[in-house]
Amino acid sequence: MSGNQIPVIETVSVVKRFGELVAVDGVSLAVPQGECFGLLGPNGAGKTSTVRMIQGVSPVTSGTIRVLGMNVAEQGRKVKALVGVCPQEDNLDPDFSVHHNLIVFSRYFGIRRREAQARADELLAFLQLSDRKATPIRELSGGMKRRLILARALINDPRLLLLDEPTTGLDPQGRHSIWQRVRALKKNGTTILLTTHYMEEAAQLCDRLVIMDRGRIIAEGPPAELVTQHVTRDVIEVWGYEQALLEFVREKGWQSEVLADRIFIYSNQGDEDYRELTAAFGMNQCLLRRGNLEDVFLKLTGRELRE
Amino acid sequence: MDVYLRTWWTNFLPPLLEPILYLVAFGGGMGGMIGNVLWNGRGVSYIAFLAPGLISVGVMFWAIFETLYGSFVRMYYQKTFDAIIATPLSLEDVIVGEILWGATKSVLVAALMMVVIAALGLLKFPEALLVLPFSFLSGLMFAAMGMCFTAVCPTIDTFNLPIFAVVFPMFLFSGTFFPLETLPGWAQLLAGALPLTYTSFFVRSVCFGQSGSHLWGPVLYTAALGTVAFWLALALMRRRLIR
Repeated sequence: MSGNQIPVIETVSVVKRFGELVAVDGVSLAVPQGECFGLLGPNGAGKTSTVRMIQGVSPVTSGTIRVLGMNVAEQGRKVKALVGVCPQEDNLDPDFSVHHNLIVFSRYFGIRRREAQARADELLAFLQLSDRKATPIRELSGGMKRRLILARALINDPRLLLLDEPTTGLDPQGRHSIWQRVRALKKNGTTILLTTHYMEEAAQLCDRLVIMDRGRIIAEGPPAELVTQHVTRDVIEVWGYEQALLEFVREKGWQSEVLADRIFIYSNQGDEDYRELTAAFGMNQCLLRRGNLEDVFLKLTGRELRE
Repeated sequence: MDVYLRTWWTNFLPPLLEPILYLVAFGGGMGGMIGNVLWNGRGVSYIAFLAPGLISVGVMFWAIFETLYGSFVRMYYQKTFDAIIATPLSLEDVIVGEILWGATKSVLVAALMMVVIAALGLLKFPEALLVLPFSFLSGLMFAAMGMCFTAVCPTIDTFNLPIFAVVFPMFLFSGTFFPLETLPGWAQLLAGALPLTYTSFFVRSVCFGQSGSHLWGPVLYTAALGTVAFWLALALMRRRLIR
């Protein structure tokens, strides 16, 4: 916590326009050293645009971005040398083996051959790919590809790691395996910017996060705080309900949200309400749980589909 | 300076037999029917006429197809450009690297074909060695042209258009397979507008041992068009990819 006061990422009023479309509309954020910072939002919220600007491959329309104190627009090469990027899309080189993908990439950073070999071996071990060293890319499973992309993003020992939806499309094993590595990196002091659609992922990994919608930041804070701030402690979900239950909820004056096939009851004394509800209607279509980030997300960004 | 880091040549296995087949089929087969052809005021055997034409075609094909299909696949399907520009390399480095690689392939194919053709006794040395530096220059031009098409074609299918409208006319009408003088006037005018005409003129001249100041024309033309295509390729690629 001592010493370095310069934020690893600092964006000031960043705007990105694509013609008429305003993809990012005045985003200001600061990520200190060692933090895992989440960027959440529905499709088209401007997450990837923001990441690409921070990465220095997409110019800002207005505003400034500093990474490790350097202006990305002016010192792109220097910034990129210190940043690792794990993109949304698989862009491994299918012509090369697992190991050679890392070696080729290391050359773009000007890393010496011998050092690169050692680093590649170390990273493959870290991501449990050592026995796949010589495997061609097309023979890897989705999970292995993601792990290799993460290994590749770490080849230059980055100060800042950008993870753009790192676990999309993975099975639970694959997802947990990535989470475990990310936590280990966090422990080592790597600063991480993570975008994700999985609220559980954000809750598990992020120290702090923002929720973006239509190019703007609409909420910011540690995951747990956002939950207490925007939703109740407990949520009761009821599905396959009948009219009588709906009336019961209304009579009680409970805070609720009624969907076509489901009711959400928001409460800070969920145990009591749940007992009352199940005493009257039985419990096989009721679920009591804690309020979570997904509730926050849906409350703030709405339930209608995007795109 | 980062450019030499490009590493696409690991799976470099040239289908070099093709020009040799052309040489046997057209040179041997058709040459027997045609006999001598007139070029630059002197009669030469058809196979001797054809050989430098095939080198020129090889120089063009290898450069332009590298930056058409090769670059497009890396850019569009494999997303390799996105991966590379996440490193200290910039988009410009990548594009310059691709074009240089196309030109390098031109030199390689020219050199390999020259070995075969020299073995048939159809090259005049040392003049013919000028083909090598020239094929790099010409390769740069064709690779840059290919990169321009790659930058503007939305999908790989649309390459059919520049290939039909630009590459194929060059292949046929640039003094590669038959002397330009045998063409009707309008076709000669067309040939004069085709970049490969100047390459094939240069290559055939030096292969026949005719070096001299008449070679500056094609060199300057190729350098000028190459420079224009090069900057255009960079600008078009920036427009396509930097968003």
